Amino acid sequence: MLATLIKLSTDLMGWVDKRLPVTDTWNKHVGQYPAPKNFNFWYFFGGLAMLVLVNQIVTGIWLTMNYEPSGEGAFASIEYIMRDVDYGWLLRYMHSTGASAFFVVVYMHMMRGLLYGSYQKPRELLWIFGMLIFLVLMAEAFMGYLLPWGNMSFWGAQVIISLFGAIPIIGDDLTLWIRGDYVISGATLNRFFALHVIAMPLVLVVLVFLHILALHEVGSNNPDGVNIKKPKGSVAPEEISKFKFHKQYSDKYDIVDAIPFHPYYSVKDIMGVVFFLFFFCWVMFFAPEGGGYFIEAPNFEPANGLKTPEHIAPVWYFGPFYTILRVVPDKLLGAVAMFGAIVMLFLLPWFDRGTVKSVRYRSKWHLVNLMQFAVCFIVLGALGTMPATPIANYIGIVASFGYFGFFVALWFYSKNENTKPVPERVTH
Amino acid sequence: MSNVPVNNFRRRFLTAATAVVGGAGVVGAAVPFIASWNPSSRAKAAGAPVEVNVSKIQPGQLIRAEWRGKPVYVVRRTESTVNELAAHDDKLRDPNSETAQQPQYATNPYRSIKPEFLVALGVCTHLGCAPTHHGGDFEQFVEGVPNGFFCPCHGSKFDMAGRVFQGVPAPLNLVVPEHSFLNDDTLLIGVGQGDA
Repeated sequence: MLATLIKLSTDLMGWVDKRLPVTDTWNKHVGQYPAPKNFNFWYFFGGLAMLVLVNQIVTGIWLTMNYEPSGEGAFASIEYIMRDVDYGWLLRYMHSTGASAFFVVVYMHMMRGLLYGSYQKPRELLWIFGMLIFLVLMAEAFMGYLLPWGNMSFWGAQVIISLFGAIPIIGDDLTLWIRGDYVISGATLNRFFALHVIAMPLVLVVLVFLHILALHEVGSNNPDGVNIKKPKGSVAPEEISKFKFHKQYSDKYDIVDAIPFHPYYSVKDIMGVVFFLFFFCWVMFFAPEGGGYFIEAPNFEPANGLKTPEHIAPVWYFGPFYTILRVVPDKLLGAVAMFGAIVMLFLLPWFDRGTVKSVRYRSKWHLVNLMQFAVCFIVLGALGTMPATPIANYIGIVASFGYFGFFVALWFYSKNENTKPVPERVTH
Repeated sequence: MSNVPVNNFRRRFLTAATAVVGGAGVVGAAVPFIASWNPSSRAKAAGAPVEVNVSKIQPGQLIRAEWRGKPVYVVRRTESTVNELAAHDDKLRDPNSETAQQPQYATNPYRSIKPEFLVALGVCTHLGCAPTHHGGDFEQFVEGVPNGFFCPCHGSKFDMAGRVFQGVPAPLNLVVPEHSFLNDDTLLIGVGQGDA
């Protein structure tokens, strides 16, 4: 009986594989993908980002079933979801907590790239796809935040859309075109809804696909920044990994210090997922508003164009960029600086002229520079959620210089950096 | 199959021509998608400029017009009111209107096109209440300033150019909307001077 079943499924798979390379694709990207054996804590976050993406898509689909995208009905439909729809509160909190969690894991994922030089040659395009994902994610989050049609939704969107008004000549017409009305209105809400639930998610999924494809083409980096794929014939046969990897990798290279992604990292990731969900669920059940940082207080009253919240603050994950915008006293230059902060990240692979990847083998200066960058980023983020007092403004200026200074300093010292010897093989 | 020799120039030309025609088609097809983001006719009608006859406003009088759902104050300032404006600059947050709360053509000591007529949104820049006009009895709020606006909600004070006083919750001067004069008697709110 069992033998018959196994034979049946093998035959079925064989039939499919002749027509669609299912087994081959699985092996190439999962079952026989050579992943460096020394991944650490920082390597959880890519997979977690995918988990959150799935969470956002599934809960998002369910939310649209009861959400009403109109200036008249949106706020009431959120209250309806929260109060009357069975488990509506849970679906919404999964989605709103997921939005913040998405940025937590993405920022950690990016920090990993900075620490271990995962953006360096040959992974520039991989990094750029990642940055495009980050950019689309910010657009997605911004548009999603308008949808509850609370007062902070309204005024937050007001502030961000009016940024485009800073562009000379076309600015005013452009903001009018984006809003589709003279003020933010139901017209704006509806188009943001369409973009948030259809356009942006499609783009996001395609970009994630390309991100992974590009990753598997160049191979995963690791905490030592040492290539685990050695030129064919350069490694003694007994040193070559005993695991079976897909021939696309093993035909071209002698693979050392690698393990197949599945089952080794898929199982390791389960542990990361459990820890992550532990924190995620704690926030979702006990602090879904995130202390006013995930869902801001003014959003508990409906959008009102005549009533400005006392302190308009973006959601925490936009904080760093919002502060850079705010500390520049000129509206246009502020917007330029804000977008420039993101452009700098895009160009990171070219700012870094070094060849040693991991912070472990780079100079002390690099470590110091990276740490000051991380600190400045966190300080900028914190300031973005606070009112603009003169002292906050002063700190913000210092932190903004720290942010941009990271890239400039990197460009200068990375050319002739005093690095440590990089080992031939991974060490941990 | 004919054995005519391949004419590479003709092939390239035809490829390029097809690409150009196809490209033009893509541009043409994009027009409705982009244009549909413009304000709809309904939004345009609701946001249309508003004409106000200012010839019947008495000196010192305030009338309210409605534009895009917001109250617009139109005040005919007396000559003495206009002259008073310069006298209390030291008590204002932004006496020179450096924050862009008004169009370029109203960035002047009167915050208006004609010194006589103040046109400003009757929406307090603090939390959106409607400030009340105090003609002649404003000294109870600010010593030495006989005319001004007082917001009853949280006590914000503005002078007769809509400039905010110091020490009140409102951070900014009142907004001066785009406006222009069609002729001496007719004010058009919503279309800027020189845009019409």
